[in-house]
Amino acid sequence: MIRLLLAALAAFVSLGAQAQLTIDITTSGGRQIPVAVLAFAGEAAQPQSVSAVVGADLARTGLFRLVNTVGVSPLPTEPSEVNFVDWQARTAEALVIGKIEPQSGGRVEVRFRLFDVQKQAQLASFSYVVLPAQLRATAHRIADVIYERLTGEKGVFSTKITYVVKRGTRYELQVADADGANAQAVLASNEPIISPAWSPDGSRIAYVSFDQKKPVVVVQNLAQGTTRVLAAFRGNNSAPAWSPDGSRLAVTLTKDDIAQIYVIPAGGGEPRRLAVTPAIDTEPNFSPDGKWIVFTSDRGGSPQLYRMPADGGPAQRLTFDGNYNVRPRYSPDGKSIAFVQREAGRFRIAVLEVDTGQVTVLTDGTLDDSPTYAPNGKMILYEAQSDGRGQLAAVSSDGRVRQRLVSSAGDVRDPAWGPLPTN
Amino acid sequence: MKKIALSIVMATLVAACGTSEVKKDVPVADHSASTTKPSQSGTTTTTPSTKPVITANPLTDPNNILSKRSVYFDFDSNAVKDEFRGLVQAHARYMVDKRDAKAKIEGNCDERGSREYNLALGQRRAEAVKKVMTVLGVQEGRIETVSFGEEKPKATGHDEAAWSQNRRADIKYVGE
Repeated sequence: MIRLLLAALAAFVSLGAQAQLTIDITTSGGRQIPVAVLAFAGEAAQPQSVSAVVGADLARTGLFRLVNTVGVSPLPTEPSEVNFVDWQARTAEALVIGKIEPQSGGRVEVRFRLFDVQKQAQLASFSYVVLPAQLRATAHRIADVIYERLTGEKGVFSTKITYVVKRGTRYELQVADADGANAQAVLASNEPIISPAWSPDGSRIAYVSFDQKKPVVVVQNLAQGTTRVLAAFRGNNSAPAWSPDGSRLAVTLTKDDIAQIYVIPAGGGEPRRLAVTPAIDTEPNFSPDGKWIVFTSDRGGSPQLYRMPADGGPAQRLTFDGNYNVRPRYSPDGKSIAFVQREAGRFRIAVLEVDTGQVTVLTDGTLDDSPTYAPNGKMILYEAQSDGRGQLAAVSSDGRVRQRLVSSAGDVRDPAWGPLPTN
Repeated sequence: MKKIALSIVMATLVAACGTSEVKKDVPVADHSASTTKPSQSGTTTTTPSTKPVITANPLTDPNNILSKRSVYFDFDSNAVKDEFRGLVQAHARYMVDKRDAKAKIEGNCDERGSREYNLALGQRRAEAVKKVMTVLGVQEGRIETVSFGEEKPKATGHDEAAWSQNRRADIKYVGE
């Protein structure tokens, strides 16, 4: 078991509040790839260290071990300058070198190279011309390239997360980088905000606002800051979920009955009821192929997961163990569903394999809630409540790597992981 | 940066709207003076009331059962317990007498479990109270049921003493 403490940075610009976000990682079992990330030549003169962010990104996944790079001088910037024998002696399997050089117009060129140390071969080489203010984002893109070359999976270091922070009676919907940096409040209210959901293109967030003294579904355009009420019918309006093509949202309404699932065009319009049942149906979530909606229903006497065709139709029960299985979210490949399971009074995050029905419990908290998959399916971010205070935590989908995102910002809850950038 | 600033301004505006609805103890009895007010649902008639004139506001008079608004529930239950039947019946009688009164029943849950399922459970608790009232003759359209789920706990502790306070439905009157 290896413990790492990474003090990720802290730019909570949110309405004046400063907050430190610390990521505490625990890994158990599984091989870690030893990788050396050298300081980039010239980065000391820049406002942001690129190599530090790259190293922190890789280490945070629990899949890499950072090899000691102390005493390397001068810093190699070309393949011919790399002493591979030395890196083999230091047990590195992969090596990252780079340099940052000023360009005209205040821009800088960031160049990096990734090597296979054993084969003494270059695996990747990229160069980016950016403004110094974009160095942190550039570091995440570099980490994405390295992660993909070394693991075969997409990196998610350039993605965003959203979550709700409660401080006293004040609620904020915040958007931050996946490592918790650059948090911004996109909405503030004295009434609760719950259930944020990213549009598939990442441009909008749907959420439930209580500003009208009852739950109402609102869609907010992030770039423009504009909001539009999508559903404010009689009774409750909640649990928004986008279809994978972004054309419509599934929501839970009580306008005709107790909680039932409806679909509304993303541009607004008349809701269409998908099923008529004598029980609570809520927490809809589309499968990535758009064919199914998984949801929670207590039609069988206790809340369980069901799925139905996305246009409505007969539902099929998916969970059978225990008497409380709720809040389903499909994995990006559609093969698994993360959800909340109650057992012996404890609420924990579990994963259901859709084809086999096998359930694996991934967390050991007492009040875990709101699981949300990273867009590469490798991590599940969730809300872990302890001592009455919500904090974000993450667990790898195989259960081996655990992260706690410890924030001093207050009560942090209801996370949603955004999509891969579309560039 | 400009865009973000704009969104924060927007957010502040939204928040400002949310807080502008300050609740007041408006004496509902005064509203009854306008019995000819057209009914939105069109189900009420304008038969003159022969009931005695209410002098004090029964909804805020601590000696009147109508000032009691909260119905408490057992864990995982939406059954209205016998000890709260009298309270709910009194509100039903009040609404039958006062034809222009409209109620909003707000359901609540304790903090355990998922937020959205709790929101639905809270709504079912509010519905259970509404059902008792409609059986006693209050028109369905005069009561809106909503839920705050686990979002607005009355007691902020994290034990059964607090949770039992939060498994609750509150009867409120529109305009109060």
